[in-house]
Amino acid sequence: MSFSNIRREDASRAVIVHAILLTYTLVALYPIFLIVINAFKTRKGIFRDPMGLPNAETFSIEGFTKVLAKSNFELFFYNSFTVTIVTIVIVLLLASMAAWALSEYKFPGNTALALYLAIGIMVPIRLGSVSILNLIVDLGLVNTLTALVLVYVAQGLPLAIFILTEFMHQIPKDLKEAARCDGVGEFKIFFAIILPLIRPAVATVAVFTMIPIWNDLWFPLILAPGDGKQTITLGVQQFIGQYVTDWNAVLASLSLAIIPILILYLIFSRQLIRGLTSGAVK
Amino acid sequence: MADLKLDQIRKRYGAVDVLHGIDLDVKDGEFVVFVGPSGCGKSTLLRIIAGLEEITGGELMIDGDVVNTKSPRDRGIAMVFQSYALYPHMTVYKNMAFGLKLDKQDKSAIDARVREAARILQLDQLLDRRPSELSGGQRQRVAIGRAIVRQPKVFLFDEPLSNLDAALRVQTRLEIAKLHQDLKSTIVYVTHDQVEAMTLADKIVVMNGGNVEQVGSPMQLYHHPETRFVAGFIGSPAMNFTNVRIDAVAPGKVTVSAPGGIKSVLPFEVPQSEVGKIVELGIRPEHLAPGDEETLSVNGEVDVVEKLGDSTYLYIKLANGDRVTVRAPGHSRIKIGDMVTASAPAGAAHLFDGDGKAFVKVDYPAEFSAEE
Repeated sequence: MSFSNIRREDASRAVIVHAILLTYTLVALYPIFLIVINAFKTRKGIFRDPMGLPNAETFSIEGFTKVLAKSNFELFFYNSFTVTIVTIVIVLLLASMAAWALSEYKFPGNTALALYLAIGIMVPIRLGSVSILNLIVDLGLVNTLTALVLVYVAQGLPLAIFILTEFMHQIPKDLKEAARCDGVGEFKIFFAIILPLIRPAVATVAVFTMIPIWNDLWFPLILAPGDGKQTITLGVQQFIGQYVTDWNAVLASLSLAIIPILILYLIFSRQLIRGLTSGAVK
Repeated sequence: MADLKLDQIRKRYGAVDVLHGIDLDVKDGEFVVFVGPSGCGKSTLLRIIAGLEEITGGELMIDGDVVNTKSPRDRGIAMVFQSYALYPHMTVYKNMAFGLKLDKQDKSAIDARVREAARILQLDQLLDRRPSELSGGQRQRVAIGRAIVRQPKVFLFDEPLSNLDAALRVQTRLEIAKLHQDLKSTIVYVTHDQVEAMTLADKIVVMNGGNVEQVGSPMQLYHHPETRFVAGFIGSPAMNFTNVRIDAVAPGKVTVSAPGGIKSVLPFEVPQSEVGKIVELGIRPEHLAPGDEETLSVNGEVDVVEKLGDSTYLYIKLANGDRVTVRAPGHSRIKIGDMVTASAPAGAAHLFDGDGKAFVKVDYPAEFSAEE
């Protein structure tokens, strides 16, 4: 009797929790859903019934053909992809090594250095836009993807180091010492033992780092707005005019822009789940 | 394989002295066990030998070389940890081969060594499993295998059995003993369990508060403890202690007494200056037996009775409030509340002065001596 009561209570609680989560998911996904359905409609269809699904009358892929034929869409894609991937690789490598040093080795100024890096989480990098632009101009890197990569690495490092340091603290001390007794060098310990063990954290950090970069409009606009160096978010802007906005093209390119980041996310989140289930030490 | 020499090893963390100058010689092929209560410095000493802790003072020699500043990998040691510390993302085979691969050894040679170790430890069937798919005992065997394949000069074991259940502990203990017979390697083993120390060691090092209390074979420590601490630590159940007064001394003889019973002449060499002082008398439970046939007798009321089948332990409360454990035969019918007299031969007694140092015993009956 009491068992079934407890179970019913648990069940109702589960229903409530899931209802809340589902509602949130719907709210979060609805704009994306709108973008995608409207991308497959004619211009008239978009304005007459923005919420409606494309039907026989309103269905059209003119937005996609326009985007793919009339703009350098592949190039924008390529630029965004390059910047994102190169940044992720550099951030993950540098941040994990820094986190390892901060968590594993005792040296003077260890805590001060960790704090200094943490300050980067609290100060938005956009506050320094003017100085950054000056610096990039002085370095002669305006209109290069390198400029974007450098800025994004700086933007991503503090949080990445913070998260990874916390995770590295959790790796049992015995494991590192066993490796040292095993004759494993410090570099090898890091790459062959520590990194595989914190893979879930690395995947988390990769997702955290990747999404703001992919979606960023600000830095591409001020640092690399030139022809041939535009990223996808900047590329979309060409369809938004002062007087006329080509909504078909804008929505189509936004829909397309979701795909690569979705694929990357799926790859990393899979790592995340696999990491969580295979990490048991004892 | 090699010998190991510790010369005045000291360790200090900040202002805290953990080890106060440890001297120790370990011969080639010897099985040495560090034993002592928690916090006595035994694990620290092992970690110093491994190279995981820096040495504050003194000299550590492995195979004749001073290794104070050498890293663990250059010392030729292999360590087995209490928590196994297996690499969770590698299979059993890779766990064992990992250290060897880094030495750029020939692949087939590595394979041969790993398979040989797996055979010795009966891990053949498990080579493709991951640590998370193994039981505690199997994991500990893998950890031992990882040490074996390195063919180290010295094996270091840090409480390797503490995480195993009682039955598995006994079994693994036997396996380690057999392993030592087969490999004839130098082993340093840390434990807080005196049974492990007694069964495994060629030589036991009893530590207390950062000092070595006594070094000796298990039987030496059992029969000739030099301090009260060693006497109380080695043996199970622990030795009984009770205060007695020294009434008179003669060459090779001392008369002791305690209010409410004990009065006895014991074969110890005690200086004249000790007369009138209170000292501690120690007798092991297994040397006491119900009855008053022997010289040294105690009596009191039975407090607790523990029946183990082969023997029965009686806990007797003496007149002075001390409690004495007596081993009686398994069929003993003595009950709680009975007044019991138990006695032991005078040669079984131990006598410790106010500082806990043992007085020299002059007469060792054969059954109370480590000499063979």
